[in-house]
Amino acid sequence: MLSRHHRDPAALPRLLLAALAVLLLWPGIRLAELNPGVLFDPAVSRSTGAFLAGFWPPAHDRDFLALLWDATLQTLAIATAGMFLALVLAVPASLLASRALSLSAASIGARPGWAGTCVRWPVRGVLIFLRSVPEIVWALLFVRAVGLGPTAGVLAIAITYAGMLGKVYAEIYESIDQRPAQALMRAGAGRLAAFAYGTLPAAAAELMSYTVYRWECAVRASVVMGFVGAGGLGQQIDLSMRMFASAEVASILLTFIVLVLFADLLSRVLRGRFT
Amino acid sequence: MTLRLTAVDLRHRNGVQALRDVHLNIAAGERVAIIGPSGAGKSSLLNVLATALQPSAGELAVLGVQPWQLSSRARQRLRARIGLIHQAPPLPPRQRVVTAVLAGKLGQWGLGKSLLNLLHPVDIAGARALLARLDLDDKLFAQCQQLSGGQLQRVGIARALYQQPELLLADEPVSAMDPRLARHTLDLLCQHASEQRVTLVASLHTVELALACFPRIIGVRDGRIAFDLSAAEVTPQRLDDLYANAQLSPAPTSADTATPWLPRC
Repeated sequence: MLSRHHRDPAALPRLLLAALAVLLLWPGIRLAELNPGVLFDPAVSRSTGAFLAGFWPPAHDRDFLALLWDATLQTLAIATAGMFLALVLAVPASLLASRALSLSAASIGARPGWAGTCVRWPVRGVLIFLRSVPEIVWALLFVRAVGLGPTAGVLAIAITYAGMLGKVYAEIYESIDQRPAQALMRAGAGRLAAFAYGTLPAAAAELMSYTVYRWECAVRASVVMGFVGAGGLGQQIDLSMRMFASAEVASILLTFIVLVLFADLLSRVLRGRFT
Repeated sequence: MTLRLTAVDLRHRNGVQALRDVHLNIAAGERVAIIGPSGAGKSSLLNVLATALQPSAGELAVLGVQPWQLSSRARQRLRARIGLIHQAPPLPPRQRVVTAVLAGKLGQWGLGKSLLNLLHPVDIAGARALLARLDLDDKLFAQCQQLSGGQLQRVGIARALYQQPELLLADEPVSAMDPRLARHTLDLLCQHASEQRVTLVASLHTVELALACFPRIIGVRDGRIAFDLSAAEVTPQRLDDLYANAQLSPAPTSADTATPWLPRC
């Protein structure tokens, strides 16, 4: 018996919200044609089981390891070169798109001026355009334009990630304490100097960790783009899967895990340096 | 005339009238203290003088020009000649003290020198000499987050002094320091002002310090200038009138307890 003292006024709304969520999600599952039963179909289990059984031991003969090493280096090179080009675009774009560097807003209680707003909106529009097309689509376009190979992957990552980095950098500048930079601008400093002295010290750790995380994403993206012919580990895993060489697939999957672990470690070390 | 305010009104964006019909003239090289109760408009007045706040009405001239008639670029050049010492200096927690102090000259340095100074401080000796006068030179390479409130205030003062402005404004510059240090620091500010022929305007909540260090005292109350006198003319009666507060009666009335959470503006 729930007495008045033990009743939680939030219980009923929570229950209703949970029921509503299930009600809304159920058609989604139907629409996605998800049928968990297929996993337990004997024919499917047998072929999956055979493929999975081949995972152990992972392929480790000398020729394959050499191939894997080259593919890994290529994937890292695609991701890193793509990130570098993306940064070249994203850093200036984020400075243009951010309200944090508005001189007119540096006065207390003032709004950014119309001239600055006229610059910020087109830059934001460009950033939205760059990131609204997924990197795999850019990669397909560039494979048509520059032919099969890593160049298409590098360009695809550069374009999409410039959009993402530019947007998030601009928002990081705005999310930290604005007073140091504004105080400098009110003491006559220029925007870039105020940014370097007032914004960057507080934003550096977050910028660093987001950049390393995006680099990790770029590694994964370059793998996916390998499937459409942009080279690297993706192309290798595509070949191995087509040949049902599960031992090779296992080795490549292990390589992914090692790469992500490495990125995580790098992020941790760099963050430790900046906080 | 370094500062000239004619019929200046200031209304904040939230509708609060911070300054009403302020007339004020301060000559070059004068040292002026602004006193008054909390919320009287001392900080607003200083921010108007520092060109950080645009008055909603009236005329303001700083260092002989009207800052809000200038182009943005020219106003930045003017602002480089005005130093404002904040009550809680807005310094990034991870910035080193030496960088924070040298940042005072950013308005005078080009971008190249500013960025070079981030890589390697260009004037360690200058920053050290200033901090030594404030008894803080042992913290030269410490991070700002390692300092106490009073130490941070002294870093803010060192930055403003390093800027070498023609007009030095200070908003409660010694509020987080013990009485002896506060006196020493104010004396240092006044000494700097008289040596360099710098105009100094400081708001203070310690009346004794204001009377001891500043020849001219301005009392502010409810956004208006209540009195503008030499230190010798400020009588206890005038101070009582300035700080008189009807709401701070000793016994709380029943009306107070009925609405305890009035919004603070």
